[in-house]
Amino acid sequence: MLPELGHFALIVALFVALALATLPIIGAARNSRAWMALARPAAQAHFVFVAIAFAALMTSFANNDFSLVNVAANSNSELPLAYRIAATWGSHEGSMLLWVFMLAGWTVAVSLFSSRSPLAMVARVLGVMGFINAGFLLFILFTSTPFARLLPPALDGRDLNPLLQDPGMVMHPPLLYMGYVGFAVAFAFAVAALLSGRFDAAWARWSRPWTTAAWMFLTLGIALGSWWAYYELGWGGWWFWDPVENASFMPWLAGTALIHSLVVAEKRGAFKAWTVLLAIAAFSLSLMGTFLVRSGVLTSVHAFATDPARGAFMLSFLGIVVGGSLALFGWRAASVGFAGSFDRFSRETLLLGNNVLLAAATGAVMLGTLYPLALDALGLGKISVGAPYFETVFVPLMAPLVLLMGAAPLARWKSASLADVAARLKWPALASAAAALLLPWLAGRFSVGVALGLFLAAWVFASTAVLLLQRSRGGAGQLARASRSFWGMVLAHVGIGIFIVGVTMVRGYETERDVKMGLGDHVDVAGYRFTFRGVQEATGPNYVAVRGDLEVRPVAGGASLTMTPEKRLYKEQQMPMTEAAIDAGLTRDLYVSLGEPLDEKTWTVRVYHKPFIDWIWGGAFVMALGGLLALTDRRYRVAVRRERETSLPPLREAAA
Amino acid sequence: MKKRLFLPLAFFVVLAAVLGVGLSLNPREVSSPFIGRPAPAFSLPQLQDPALRLGAGELKGQVWMLNVWASWCAPCREEHPLLVSLAREQAVPIIGLNYKDDPRNAQEWLLRLGDPYKVCVIDRDGRAGIDYGVYGVPETFVIDRAGIVRFKHVGPLTQEVWTREVQPLLQQLRG
Repeated sequence: MLPELGHFALIVALFVALALATLPIIGAARNSRAWMALARPAAQAHFVFVAIAFAALMTSFANNDFSLVNVAANSNSELPLAYRIAATWGSHEGSMLLWVFMLAGWTVAVSLFSSRSPLAMVARVLGVMGFINAGFLLFILFTSTPFARLLPPALDGRDLNPLLQDPGMVMHPPLLYMGYVGFAVAFAFAVAALLSGRFDAAWARWSRPWTTAAWMFLTLGIALGSWWAYYELGWGGWWFWDPVENASFMPWLAGTALIHSLVVAEKRGAFKAWTVLLAIAAFSLSLMGTFLVRSGVLTSVHAFATDPARGAFMLSFLGIVVGGSLALFGWRAASVGFAGSFDRFSRETLLLGNNVLLAAATGAVMLGTLYPLALDALGLGKISVGAPYFETVFVPLMAPLVLLMGAAPLARWKSASLADVAARLKWPALASAAAALLLPWLAGRFSVGVALGLFLAAWVFASTAVLLLQRSRGGAGQLARASRSFWGMVLAHVGIGIFIVGVTMVRGYETERDVKMGLGDHVDVAGYRFTFRGVQEATGPNYVAVRGDLEVRPVAGGASLTMTPEKRLYKEQQMPMTEAAIDAGLTRDLYVSLGEPLDEKTWTVRVYHKPFIDWIWGGAFVMALGGLLALTDRRYRVAVRRERETSLPPLREAAA
Repeated sequence: MKKRLFLPLAFFVVLAAVLGVGLSLNPREVSSPFIGRPAPAFSLPQLQDPALRLGAGELKGQVWMLNVWASWCAPCREEHPLLVSLAREQAVPIIGLNYKDDPRNAQEWLLRLGDPYKVCVIDRDGRAGIDYGVYGVPETFVIDRAGIVRFKHVGPLTQEVWTREVQPLLQQLRG
């Protein structure tokens, strides 16, 4: 009964979304208040119905309703409750429902937090979001319903893919989708601006917090996915330039460019058409990423089961949304205008450099991801593109970007003095050069790559320090009065620096040893002695495992610790999984994973020493924190509160 | 000025066309033009000793499996334990084609993860890979006694593919 209710709720939600996609936009064109006013209640009703559907599916998973195909295929009665709930989005069908649930969530958020925006704008934005909602609901209902029944019901389920039975994996898809889908808001704002021809500082100010929020979620989602790959896949890597990773990285790059061009659009009224284009691009790339993963045109470890009907549907939808918005852009962008003038050297030019480099990086990743496909489609043969290409192309684009990042916040808007900025950056440059030369030498091995990486990281920190000094010239109080947007920027930039330190140190100084170990054997890696004390049998709720036992002691002496890597066999899917043991630390991770048994007593054991690897995800976390801080800027809150105060009757306020 | 604004749309139209064609090609179950044809010939240096070479012709008379891999390829790691266990069971002779890779990295990789290959050859510039229509690494081919390609799998080889498709095929080819 419950699944049918969920299915029915989805159908109702589709009709509400169709109404939302049409009536308010027509109302805005005809200037009919009554029709425009439908937008908010429709967005809210839509959310309620999608939430009912999502809750219905989740409950079916929690209650082990194996009469549902989806539950029977992706869950099991022995699966712990937390994973049964997470299994809701473990399949293609369920994750699409999660996607729509989040899109509905963003839509309702816009309807709630837009009280100070003009009604016509809200109507258009919500209308565009309603259109996207409707598209995805059609996709689910026609090609991927999660509520299909299984007759007769299965006795038990086939279990969730063991790769997904992990806390990191529980949170990775929701965060990632929050980011992907969040760019729909910026997209809707952009389309609304094109429809109305109204594009001013206020427009950019409304778009900014939404873009930042989406970017924050996407940053966390990508970082969590990378962290998961590191500890779960058992070989200690953190980024593989896999097509699906690239699919999430492209919108991130475009979104980062968008955040910066929105600043220029708001403060200086420049880059207008470009900003609109970036907003369209960020969401289009999210959609394209979804298409690539779901249609099966690319092979990847992430790929879901493929079905030609799904691919064709997604591509048509992609064509309508992206093609339609780009056609609108071509037709209307001239009315948005390109206004804004600035000197050859100013903060605008530096941010333009940022945008050009980020756009080029997006293009480079896209080329590498789609090139094999394009050649194949043209019948020119089949090739494959791997990490070597991406690393060669990416580093030369990112290094100047980081240099610009240090300079831009120090430059004035409109017209800056090159000599002035150069003078301020003299000390950061010298300090970074010193760090680049000295630190690798102290670490014991000099290499150009490490020197370059450390130079860039030091540059970020030192130029940020100069920025803070400059801001506090009028006393520390000056700094305390700085806006949260400012601090958000500082934090995000520092996060980049932290990230660079992690990447550089791991690439330059990691040690990976693969050794045969029998009882009592030991191996020394990077100053630690790993002694193998054998293996034991262990059992989990839905798996059996062999658990290795290693004692780890610093060679120089000190407290020892025990590390217990596992090899699990998940009973239902008969799938072996490696569960690495990791001792995480600020300056290094010790990473041990069990390889293959060679005989009764001897195993191959992978022992890795990964210096500063946690800085990679730490940096991403700090970046996201910067985004959060910028979101809570007073400018957004004050305006909302002021609006509320005027709209609430005084009596109720007193009662509260 | 005005026309330039339609450039993004033009770009997208081309992209969508490519994706549309891509949709009709299934990278995983390539009903490859190679199936049923003689395996393209190659003669390549061996990874363990580049002075020695191996040619596809030398393998005639036995059923063998060609596995295309690279140390930079993440999904290769996924299928590797399966290959190692197949080699241990001596299920089928596996010839490795190390594709566009640094031989030193490749050797280190095999040392670390185990070497399932009877022989592994180096295809540094990807020439042999092109002859075999390699779309993405890893790829696996089964070649019969007469040197005819009988099966091709794109992406990591899984236990399921092995038991459902490859094993019955091997039995049939040997039977």
